[in-house]
Amino acid sequence: MTQSLTQAQLVAWLGAFRDAVHEHRAHLTELDAAIGDADHGTNLTRGMDAVMALVDSDDVPDTAASLLKAVGMKLVSTVGGASGPLYGTFFLRAAAAAGDAETLDAEAVLGMLRAGVEGLASRGKASVGDKTMVDALAPAVQALADAVGRGDGLPAGLRAAAVAAAEGREATTPLEARKGRASYLGERSTGHTDPGAASATMLVEALADAVA
Amino acid sequence: MLREPVVKKLINDPADVLAESLRGVEAAHPELRVDHEHRIVYRARAKSDGKVALISGGGSGHEPLHGGFVGPGMLDAACAGEVFTSPTPDQMVEATTVVDRGAGVLHIVKNYTGDVMNFEMAGEMAAADGGVDVRTVVTRDDVAVEDSTYTAGRRGVGVTVLLEKIVGAAAEEGQDLDAVESLAQRVSDGGRSMGIALTSCTVPSAGRPTFDLPEDEIEVGVGIHGEPGRHREALTGASEIARQLVDPVLADHDFTTGPTIALLNGMGGTPLIELYLMYGEVTRLLASAGVEVARCLVGNYITSLDMAGASLTLLAADEEMVRLWDAPVSTPGLRWGA
Repeated sequence: MTQSLTQAQLVAWLGAFRDAVHEHRAHLTELDAAIGDADHGTNLTRGMDAVMALVDSDDVPDTAASLLKAVGMKLVSTVGGASGPLYGTFFLRAAAAAGDAETLDAEAVLGMLRAGVEGLASRGKASVGDKTMVDALAPAVQALADAVGRGDGLPAGLRAAAVAAAEGREATTPLEARKGRASYLGERSTGHTDPGAASATMLVEALADAVA
Repeated sequence: MLREPVVKKLINDPADVLAESLRGVEAAHPELRVDHEHRIVYRARAKSDGKVALISGGGSGHEPLHGGFVGPGMLDAACAGEVFTSPTPDQMVEATTVVDRGAGVLHIVKNYTGDVMNFEMAGEMAAADGGVDVRTVVTRDDVAVEDSTYTAGRRGVGVTVLLEKIVGAAAEEGQDLDAVESLAQRVSDGGRSMGIALTSCTVPSAGRPTFDLPEDEIEVGVGIHGEPGRHREALTGASEIARQLVDPVLADHDFTTGPTIALLNGMGGTPLIELYLMYGEVTRLLASAGVEVARCLVGNYITSLDMAGASLTLLAADEEMVRLWDAPVSTPGLRWGA
């Protein structure tokens, strides 16, 4: 039960997330076209390409905190729109929570993700049910917390988190948007899956894949 | 048969529109300085020490807002985002650091989710980095959007232009940051706007109209990025459309207690002859409602690319705001008394 998240797995996480947004770029943009401004796939692809250029360079930061902070700053300066500050804040707060921990055990990973999601939710002033990224991320953190409480270990805990995120994403479809540009549509926003919840699910799934 | 849509615009590569447009701004306006790396427009000659600095910014495509309002009497710097996309915090931090003269900086932000979050992060970062005293005013004057906790709130539109002029004059004459911030909030609170679209706009990178609007319909309550309005209606005459602009604005705020400043704004694709015709209709309605227009502006000031249409902004002003409105201003977009 001494599994912990390594620096190589953090890098693998970012790479897997980049691959996922590339693969599903058109889908994310399509979801966004229905209730937003049709740029979510494009913007995230641009941001994660910039992140990976940083990660693949020679001066990649060598601690979890410094890597996550650099990722956050890169996303903030390259993604734009609302997703940039939201994902940027997620990584910056996760970095602060990681602090100078030598090893990221399940408890520490939970603390990191929880801080990131709380930061993101507070940046967007969003709660569960508003039809946002938080609808995928908050249940994911809860699922990981439950797993850590049971002593399930990191891979199983993150797998449960990924499942919970996907369920949260699906649950956004019937909701009426209360935040962001989609909220101008009122009830016309129902019947569409939230693009932010979709990309946030990919972020959690990528982490589960990286430690599997 | 499917054909590639022709994008009939004066552009080269759609991806280069902003960068190339900023090069033209620099060539046309030696009184401005353009930081191409950060996409910031500055005054060529910075203000003296001890003056509060004003920064605004937002997605491009609303010209002359915001870069066209940089200059003595208005903004100190404007951060340009991609078309209809918020600029990023690193741009705003750079602009804030460069224009601060030790008296603090006011960020003027239109209430759009992306703009608000990016400016919020920039304010935190600038305060953490350099200890710059950053204050923020968020405009939210579009009465087309229901103002409730269940939406992102009203959009910031036309009152932003009036605010940048009035508050810019206050900063220019040396008012301190507290006074400038409080004036900005009063201007924001006193402004209401309503817009209609006759056609959609076309974002260069998208290459096709943002929304479909039948030939004989108008979008009532449209946003400045072509966001949906309150409803669609059959196209009628200008006097009826004027009523659809004036009525919701007057229903939302009392403009009979003092001087009013009015902006009849074109969305970019409507000629001045029609804007003046509309202004004539609007003033007739305002007069019969007992609204005294002390000052007005008619023209394209906060546009939506090539969208045809117009918006009306009324500001419930006071004598102080009217005095500051009349103060000299020298920018590409507004110039008098200088």
